[in-house]
Amino acid sequence: MKALRGLLLPIATLLTGCSTVLMSPSGDLAVQQRNLIITSTLLMMIIIVPVIVLTLLFAWHYRASNKKATYDPEWSHSTMLELLIWSAPLLIIIALGAVTWVSTHKLDPFRPLERLSYGRPVPADVQPLTVEVVALDWKWLFIYPEQGIATVNELAAPVDRPIRFKITASTVMNSFFIPALAGQIYAMPGMETKLQAVINKPGEFQGFSANYSGEGFSGMHFLFHGVSEEAFAQWIQRAKAGGGSLDREAYVKLAQPSQNDPVRRYAAVEPGLFLAIVTRCLQPDSPSCMKPMKMQGIGSEVAVPAAKGTEGMPAMPMAHPK
Amino acid sequence: MSDHLDLTKLIFGRLTLQELPLHVPIVLGTFAVVMLGAIALIGVLSYYRVWGYLWREWFTSIDHKKIGIMYMILGIVMLLRGFSDAIMMRAQQAIAFGDSAGYLPPEHYDQIFTAHGVIMIFFVAMPMVTGMMNFVMPLQIGARDVAFPFLNNFSFWMTVAGAMLVMSSLFIGEFARTGWLAYPPLSDIASSPDAGVDYYIWSLQIAGIGTLLSGINLLVTIVKMRAPGMTLMKMPIFTWTALCTNVLIVAAFPVLTAVLAMLALDRYVGTNFFTTELGGNAMMYVNLIWIWGHPEVYILVLPAFGIFSEVTSTFSRKPLFGYASMVYATVVITVLSYLVWLHHFFTMGSGASVNSFFGITTMIISIPTGAKIFNWLFTMYRGRVEFEVPMLWTVAFMVTFVIGGMTGVMLAVPPADFSLHNSLFLVAHFHNVIIGGVIFGLFAGINYWFPKAFGYKLDPFWGKCSFWFWVVGFYFAFFPLYWLGFMGVTRRLSHFDDPSLQIWFQIAAFGAFLILLGIFSMLMQFWVSFRRRHELRDVTGDPWGGRTLEWSTSSPPPQYNFAITPQVHQGDAWWQMKQHHYQRPTDGFLPIHMPLNTSAGILLGGISFVFGFAMIWYMWPLAAVSFIALLAVAIGHTFNYHREYYIPADEVHRVEASRTELLANHV
Repeated sequence: MKALRGLLLPIATLLTGCSTVLMSPSGDLAVQQRNLIITSTLLMMIIIVPVIVLTLLFAWHYRASNKKATYDPEWSHSTMLELLIWSAPLLIIIALGAVTWVSTHKLDPFRPLERLSYGRPVPADVQPLTVEVVALDWKWLFIYPEQGIATVNELAAPVDRPIRFKITASTVMNSFFIPALAGQIYAMPGMETKLQAVINKPGEFQGFSANYSGEGFSGMHFLFHGVSEEAFAQWIQRAKAGGGSLDREAYVKLAQPSQNDPVRRYAAVEPGLFLAIVTRCLQPDSPSCMKPMKMQGIGSEVAVPAAKGTEGMPAMPMAHPK
Repeated sequence: MSDHLDLTKLIFGRLTLQELPLHVPIVLGTFAVVMLGAIALIGVLSYYRVWGYLWREWFTSIDHKKIGIMYMILGIVMLLRGFSDAIMMRAQQAIAFGDSAGYLPPEHYDQIFTAHGVIMIFFVAMPMVTGMMNFVMPLQIGARDVAFPFLNNFSFWMTVAGAMLVMSSLFIGEFARTGWLAYPPLSDIASSPDAGVDYYIWSLQIAGIGTLLSGINLLVTIVKMRAPGMTLMKMPIFTWTALCTNVLIVAAFPVLTAVLAMLALDRYVGTNFFTTELGGNAMMYVNLIWIWGHPEVYILVLPAFGIFSEVTSTFSRKPLFGYASMVYATVVITVLSYLVWLHHFFTMGSGASVNSFFGITTMIISIPTGAKIFNWLFTMYRGRVEFEVPMLWTVAFMVTFVIGGMTGVMLAVPPADFSLHNSLFLVAHFHNVIIGGVIFGLFAGINYWFPKAFGYKLDPFWGKCSFWFWVVGFYFAFFPLYWLGFMGVTRRLSHFDDPSLQIWFQIAAFGAFLILLGIFSMLMQFWVSFRRRHELRDVTGDPWGGRTLEWSTSSPPPQYNFAITPQVHQGDAWWQMKQHHYQRPTDGFLPIHMPLNTSAGILLGGISFVFGFAMIWYMWPLAAVSFIALLAVAIGHTFNYHREYYIPADEVHRVEASRTELLANHV
């Protein structure tokens, strides 16, 4: 009996999935995404389980050697049955489609948060923390424009304060992903994506690039610290006390390809650096410079070449939360 | 001296001795093994003096059956290469933890996962699916060949040329390190300056032309060459899926050709379609490649669905349940497959409405697919199910595929995809549907139609060994990956820090080892069956009690397939003919008009290989010469008026009489 329990316990944890980061996340967005994974799985189980059971049952029961089973060599049509086999998946998909439409809008990573966690709306006086994220070859640069600091391969944010990530990349595509906090969003050169999220529990969480970006990709991870407001202030102070200054020149040097980089801190950041990176305008008058342009409806803000000057490009006719 | 150097550069382009992997022991070892194998093969073939036979009867053949078989052989050979890549990746991921860097450095590992994806899709699954359609479909519709027999041979050799280019990248230079779809900016000239991406571009371009032409060919064959009386709704279901697949090929492959041509222009002449600078947009590439890429999934899986339909109905001894709804389901999937491509990149920042639209269209595909599963289920219902090897694969498919379908729908919910995208959950999902759907289907098809192709059944013992190793191995190899996806592990990593993950990778590696045994058993199955071919001989032409026209002719079929074109009155034509005590005609034959073999196809394929190789290495003079040669041979072939001949009525009579005798002796 004990041996049986010893055997069943790991299987039970496997089934409930308690131990994995996706099934027990620490940020509200990731929690809602988890719930959605469970809901959709359960909805589909309504079809999947009977199909698997019936497949094995029919295959066994109607095996050629079982002469007791009914054999109807001409039977190949039943309107009732066909109605059923088309409508049952249809009903499930209608339900799942409705869930999808609502949740995709509600959990849109570009959309400002409405709640900190279940039953706790964002207080009116709380301002989100802005973090500018740049995926470099092959490390992460995090700029805190309000605090005026920057770090490499280390991220921190206070618990229960909404975070507004603005994300771009220097050369190739990466994907910014902290599974415990929220789903991923791509980091792409010349474009800016956004992620609005909140961390609800203090702790250290893994973050990494989820889109293959070349040789140093495997080492492109960082720790995300969810901390109290006081600890966060200390963390900022530590950066201010420690490092040098990140200006354009230092950035160009930092952006050179390197692998498995240690944590680095910068006490000061040149204002406007992030915009210069997104618009690829680190040297003014460089031919690569783009003019930032906000396209409504499309998630990412797209930079267009300055020379073209198509600021009046028609917006996509889709409502998108600002 | 400098003149000499320039001449070398002119002739060899950027190819230098440094590009040969003389310093990489693994590659050198592989090279030695491949060379020894090739020398042994050439030796054996020369010893038995079969070169002339191979050239006359196979390489230059325009017989759809032989071309189909050659496609299958190409697919199986490339499966061995693609699987070697797979097992190397599994081994690397099982050991590269903490201080251990594993045995593959990133630049090697990155080539391996790229080559694995490219080879498995383009040079394993595609040739096998095309080969299956090539062999079976004309027989099913009562035709004597495809609509354009020469084009068929040409298409095959273009596919071979593409495959050979990928293979040469193993020993000359290197393959792309970009992932199997080569997204820019990673694949542009600034980030990938070496020849790897060019190997990728030219091998896919050359093979892609073959695929497109073969798609046109098979499409026209189905539309124009069905036996009299075979209206669309009386076509066998495999032919229906072949029809839909070829519609998809004809519509999708030009997009691939165009997008790869634009990438090539970006790399070769400095245009800015997909660069970050000067108005280029990498997301355009991502959109275009998936507008080809998603239909490609259905190009592969629809014929597999067709195979399962034929197999289920034959071995349940019943007509397929809900034939009409099966046809509609196939057509609906064909149309919908063009409306879902964006689900491959929900995470690139599209708005919520766009993401919802593509998520919901994706889910809608599961409705016709679900209906298909139920149709197979109710085909077994009140049947007499015989568990021959093809049927075993079918039952395993039904159980496995619905799980893959479920995880696919989970990925189709955009907010869930934000967490699961690019993770090992995704890797597990698409292997679940491609192995559990396409590969299982192809193996069912191989076991099912092998007796038709060669005149003897495959040995069931080794077939069952292969089946169990593959199925159990699949679950061991990929279910841990679903789990690792929930643990937040992303794909394409060559090294890990968290030791708690290692056990799952070791289980997956064990699964890959079981699959290796499955592949070995399959090769054993071919060998043993060949040795036992006299015991396993099928003289009837109808070893399984089949229902469709291919079983009405002998095994293997005569060159002309049908001495007299059959007249079709109902679906399951051969079954109906048997019910009405059909008598084989034994005289009254007419001369049969047939196409003649030609060496133009293999010649064009060979020149295309040289052209591709020259373009990859910037050997401009050679590229120009081979391109001109390509045009010259193609134009020259149009002046070949000696393209067809008649099989005399006497000859037909002789062949049919010997079959009559054979049947009489064995009944």
